[in-house]
Amino acid sequence: MKRLLLSLSLALPLMASAQQLTVSAAASLTDAFKEIAPKFEATKPGTTLRFNFAASGVLLQQIAQGAPVDVFASADQETMNRGVDQKVIAADARRDFAANTLVLVTPTQGAPAIATLADLKKPEVKRIAVGKVASVPVGRYTQQALGSAQLWSALSPKLVFADNVRQVLDYVARGEVEAGFVYRTDAELAKGKVAIAMTVGGHAPVTYPVAVVADSKQAALARDFVTFLGGAEAQAVLARYGFGKP
Amino acid sequence: MLPLVLPPTVLGYGILVLMGRRGALGGWLREHFDYTVIFNWHGAVLASMLVALPLVLKGASSAFAQVDRNLEAAARTLRQSPWSTFVRVTLPLAWPGILAGTLLAFARAMGEFGASLMVAGSIPGQTQTASMAIYDAVQAGRDDLALMLALIVSAVSVAVLVLSNRFLQRSPS
Repeated sequence: MKRLLLSLSLALPLMASAQQLTVSAAASLTDAFKEIAPKFEATKPGTTLRFNFAASGVLLQQIAQGAPVDVFASADQETMNRGVDQKVIAADARRDFAANTLVLVTPTQGAPAIATLADLKKPEVKRIAVGKVASVPVGRYTQQALGSAQLWSALSPKLVFADNVRQVLDYVARGEVEAGFVYRTDAELAKGKVAIAMTVGGHAPVTYPVAVVADSKQAALARDFVTFLGGAEAQAVLARYGFGKP
Repeated sequence: MLPLVLPPTVLGYGILVLMGRRGALGGWLREHFDYTVIFNWHGAVLASMLVALPLVLKGASSAFAQVDRNLEAAARTLRQSPWSTFVRVTLPLAWPGILAGTLLAFARAMGEFGASLMVAGSIPGQTQTASMAIYDAVQAGRDDLALMLALIVSAVSVAVLVLSNRFLQRSPS
């Protein structure tokens, strides 16, 4: 009995401090964030991180409709700006913590030779996977890049729109499309199945902002996570996955 | 009947594995005819058909089962051939039930989402179904468009249900 009481009294303070932080993050951050989570949890005993990965536009939509989220990490500035304009994201704790590159990938097996964006007009290239322009940042970067190259309308009939960047990657890896536009960090994860044909320019710089959600019930802890992402430990993980500094 | 109970995503994955560019049948079609159903409206039709087919079959088989065998026998005694009996007696009697099943299948195919999305993708103007358009509109925060599409789809669905009930009431019981 004494032992039970003792263990209970030991457990109580732990239970009191047990808290869950919900982080909605862009799909391209999936692997890096899963590795960063235990490192953050180690600095705050009793804290558990819960992730929700999807296209940034979809995540913002969920937050705007009242999803109980504490931190939002987007793959572009535009989505975050929209969140701040709608007053669902607190502007003060916002910071950029990573950067990425847009690349054109092809399946390693049986893909036509593609060296320039204009090669996508070849008849052998039947389908090109891109993110949905309205809700997926990588789709918007792709639209800007193909727009700068005067190719967007010419290639439109070939485009297949995906729900997020990882779906684009999957379409290419399965060989269902001849080419797709993803981030370099995603292409690196599917090495062996996809090959990087070229680095694509002509779009806004790919930078990742993170901020605290306005309705967060744990704003202080959320801020701690935002700060942690800028720290050496998290930055080392991001660098290992190929993310650049903002 | 299997497609009726299988999750649409399982069905979609099955089609993808079989008919995909590296699939057993899909690879062969691509090599010999340079043809694929993936990301193409043919794929959306194939998926919708597989999903909805059980409803037609079920409607038709119960409609045929309800036809009075004495009427068929009477036609035979009046020197009608089996084919003529089927066309002039059985089919007209079973017709309302078949039509009701077809209408239900139409409604089910109109709502198809999971299997079609996996096989044909969501390409506006080519393979995007009404349900996918609603999903995309919600994701993009275009609630006005989503609401409009939802109302149209609901109206058509209700109309189909009412029509199919009419046909069923008319069928011989």
